[in-house]
Amino acid sequence: MIEPGFLAELFTSLLIVLGAGFALVGSWGLVRMPTLMERLHGPTKATTLGLGGILLASVLFFQLTQEVWSAHELLVSIFLFITAPISANMVAKVHLHEERLNRSGSVQSRAGKVPRSPGKGDWATYEAPYRDTPVAMSEE
Amino acid sequence: MISYAIYFGFACLALAFAFNLWRLLRGPTVGDRIVALDTMVINAIALIVLFGIVTNDGVAFEAALLLAMVGFVGTVAYCKFLLRGDIIE
Repeated sequence: MIEPGFLAELFTSLLIVLGAGFALVGSWGLVRMPTLMERLHGPTKATTLGLGGILLASVLFFQLTQEVWSAHELLVSIFLFITAPISANMVAKVHLHEERLNRSGSVQSRAGKVPRSPGKGDWATYEAPYRDTPVAMSEE
Repeated sequence: MISYAIYFGFACLALAFAFNLWRLLRGPTVGDRIVALDTMVINAIALIVLFGIVTNDGVAFEAALLLAMVGFVGTVAYCKFLLRGDIIE
């Protein structure tokens, strides 16, 4: 008969291994991918998920050893799950901005150049939209 | 069993740190460096949490939470500076 303590320990170790593996895969994607737009995928998705796994393992571990449910880890993971898309969006905006200024370098991604946005304007990396674009007119 | 998993976790995170450092030094654009720094902060949080499991105390999580907040604010500040030439307008 398998004891519940052993099962909890097994599950904790599994979560640690999975989390660290995902973090490693995310960083490997950062090295491997050709341009910034693709490089964003690894850290924002795989690394965040890996950290979530390690934090869950920590919750289980403290329940196992000290028999307390700690909410700190959940706080950290919720915060990271909220902020990761925001920072990825900001970095993507920086990439679009650099490409507009022709500072993004000569390396092309396999998907080709970033397409222009529909309509007259460009992607919104400036604070105010271009005049005569649908966005600008809808604000009037 | 957990100790072996923690060893494995430390090894993986160290390798991930090496990859991030490579991207941070290599570039080629500023955006790549920002992403590399952001990932390094997230990996550092993972390291702190693992360290908290090893030492078996809950103090490490305050550090993890602080690092999460400061890392996010830092990334947004870098991006804002590149986009607008200023951080707080």
